[in-house]
Amino acid sequence: MAESSKRGQESPEQAEFRAYCRAWLEENRPPPTRMPLPQAAYEVTADEHRSYLVDWQAKCYEAGLIATDVAKEYGGHGHTGFQQIASAEVRRAQVPYFINWIGLGMTAPTLLAHGTQAQKQTYLPPIFSGEDIWCQGFSEPGAGSDLVSLSTSAVKQGDNWLVNGSKVWTSLGALARWMLLLARTDKADKYNGITYFICPMDVAGVTVNPIHKMTGESGFNEVVLDNVIVPDHMRIDEVGAGWKVAMSTLTSERGAAQGVGAVASSESPMGTMEQLIALAKGTSRNGRSVWDDPVWRDRIMKLYERTEALMQSSRRAANRELNGGAMRIPLQGKLVGSEIGQAVHQCALAILGMASSLYVGDANSVADGKWTLGYMNTYTGTISGGSSEIQRNILGERVLGLPKTK
Amino acid sequence: MAQPRDFGFGEEQQMLKDASRKFMEDKQPLVTLRKQIAGSEDPYLGKERTGGFDQAAWKEMVQLGWSALAVPEKDGGAGMDLVTAVAVMEEIGRSAMPTPLTSTLHATFVLREAGTVEASAWLRKIAQGKSATLAIFGADGSLGSDSTDVAADEQGLTGTSYFIQDLQKADFLVVAAVNADGVGLYCIETEGEGVTREFDRIVDLTRDQGRVSFSAAEADCVAPANLGAQALHKAMPALLTLVAADIAGGCEWLLQTTAEYARIRTQFDRPIGFFQAVKHPIVNMMIATDETRSLVYNAACAYDTDPDDADRCARLAKSSASDTAEFCANRGTQLHGGIGFTWEADVQIYHKRQIHSQYLFGDGVWHRQKLAEQL
Ligand SMILES: Cc1cc2nc3c(=O)[nH]c(=O)nc-3n(C[C@H](O)[C@H](O)[C@H](O)COP(=O)(O)OP(=O)(O)OC[C@H]3O[C@@H](n4cnc5c(N)ncnc54)[C@H](O)[C@@H]3O)c2cc1C
Repeated sequence: MAESSKRGQESPEQAEFRAYCRAWLEENRPPPTRMPLPQAAYEVTADEHRSYLVDWQAKCYEAGLIATDVAKEYGGHGHTGFQQIASAEVRRAQVPYFINWIGLGMTAPTLLAHGTQAQKQTYLPPIFSGEDIWCQGFSEPGAGSDLVSLSTSAVKQGDNWLVNGSKVWTSLGALARWMLLLARTDKADKYNGITYFICPMDVAGVTVNPIHKMTGESGFNEVVLDNVIVPDHMRIDEVGAGWKVAMSTLTSERGAAQGVGAVASSESPMGTMEQLIALAKGTSRNGRSVWDDPVWRDRIMKLYERTEALMQSSRRAANRELNGGAMRIPLQGKLVGSEIGQAVHQCALAILGMASSLYVGDANSVADGKWTLGYMNTYTGTISGGSSEIQRNILGERVLGLPKTK
Repeated sequence: MAQPRDFGFGEEQQMLKDASRKFMEDKQPLVTLRKQIAGSEDPYLGKERTGGFDQAAWKEMVQLGWSALAVPEKDGGAGMDLVTAVAVMEEIGRSAMPTPLTSTLHATFVLREAGTVEASAWLRKIAQGKSATLAIFGADGSLGSDSTDVAADEQGLTGTSYFIQDLQKADFLVVAAVNADGVGLYCIETEGEGVTREFDRIVDLTRDQGRVSFSAAEADCVAPANLGAQALHKAMPALLTLVAADIAGGCEWLLQTTAEYARIRTQFDRPIGFFQAVKHPIVNMMIATDETRSLVYNAACAYDTDPDDADRCARLAKSSASDTAEFCANRGTQLHGGIGFTWEADVQIYHKRQIHSQYLFGDGVWHRQKLAEQL
């Protein structure tokens, strides 16, 4: 390892790659869509958006911004230490997000760690290119926070599994070709009775019913599985190893694993923060700008401080000497990030005051209602992928060794 | 002046409160609302909101005398005080009912404070079943009688008034407009000549809102010279208290509904209310709601019996209510998990109504600052 990279400095190759990414993104920024894109990949439903975003992802993959560090035999670009740079540049450029965030953020890391050679070769390349969109079939009506109580069943029949049950809140379910499926293969053993499968979405027995969010958007779905046949070669890892594998998927979801380039939203926390400051400067109340009012200024600056801390924490987490334990900061990432995001949006609504009532599509709304819509969508972050309450339990129990609730 | 220990909330108020609770439960406003908003989910593609409401229920409310509750007896109303109106408003908030009653009560208190013969004539219209709303906000939504963007002269009213609540439901407007001597109040039919309505697309599904442009619109002056500003100033405590009462009712619904969900939703083999991360915030919702409710009754009583203290008490009620609205809406959604985030969940309807009310007539920061300046 070069002396410079030991001190955490970028190597010349890395610096060159960063410059390349930056230039490429600048040159290839896609034109805006006719109908505004949803704020994050969670809410995509329209065909127009899907094809636009798939094209965009394919282009970024070809350019080497996705699967940058993945081995060539699985469709990757075969670099080391480049993915983080590519992802950071994608975020920085504020270009459209990658629609296949579940495929990139969850399936790819899971398959790379637990998949067979054949599974990796078959499923990974179309994940990277965006050709195959994935969804995550974990949650069920009766198993949300308490995921391990899931009851969708898979019964072995010859070389196949017969799957029955229903999944809920399945983001991108209506667009997906494949689902990461957790199913119960042994009723008697809670933890070791779960098996992980790849479930096709375009086969008999799969019914996808869209669910609407409080914003009015859809994007998540109920997925009913009625005698769905899943070949045994689509099982990931051993029968009964599903929970262990799922924990590694969830770790990816909670931002604790190095991804292969998933970026689910085009806004960075600091970018949103800067927009908040601009909003405060541009809004007057009581004859002066909100920004000049010390009450508001302090509230905004506290959020600014926390946003910077969030970024610096993720930087610190990469330094073993400074991170205070491997999972300590990564497990805080989603929790803290989503709560800051919610507070930033609450602050924006407060700055807008009465004007926060104006929603998307109102000609007189500020920024086409984005703050009001965005405020509601912050609950995606605080509820999904393990709610804030559950994250605090996990941190308390796993990182701090506090007694388990149960 | 000594205030009554019971806030002036006696048997009559309790009976009315019970009756209105029962009425809302019978009418099931959310069932009606659901039908009216069906198919209008998508924020980009959804249908325009209609501002619809249950017309038949409104007619009944008029017949029951609730719309003219606070109209003076000499003008054909029941001549009740604010504490009585608050009792009904809490139930409106609890049921999240789309109704012109709120705006009509607002207009009533402003017209009462105007106290002129002309104002009496419009109060009589309310007594006869007309609905009304206030057109007093400027473009930036800021509050106060000096922020109107409407001018009044011999030609009539000219300019635009913003953030008018329940505009689609109201029969007439009480407009604040600048004249040669200050800010006056002017009444005009919503569909009158020279009046152009433009409806906002708002996030709250239980209300409607809009702006009105006036071009040489002939209006009836009910408070000349600067008497309009004075009437608004005197009525403001009542307006704030009514919105705060609506919030208190909505927060009580959020509290009870979330507590009920925490008793029945089971995860980890226990009702989620077992977990302190769920139990404690629900208790905090109760504490916040009770603080607000106490301040609301105090504010109503002050307006009714101790006008010198009315402004202070009302600002405290509204600032507390605004914060409580945000907190209860936030925890209500969060503690319902995925279900709470859906369009189908009633929690979302209350959530949106609460954040609308949070900013209506100024939020906590605003009123605390205004109050501090006076202390
Ligand atoms: C926008 C969105 C997208 C989603 N996308 C997907 C997806 O693609 N795939 C998928 O599988 N799932 C998805 N989910 C589901 C998500 O992971 C669950 O909603 C989440 O795990 C919570 O489960 P629940 O909704 O059943 O709530 P519940 O588990 O019923 O929780 C209700 C409340 O109780 C609290 N609670 C529960 N147990 C405890 C405890 N032990 N201690 C303290 N508090 C507790 C929770 O924090 C929450 O506030 C999505 C959810 C949302 C909102």
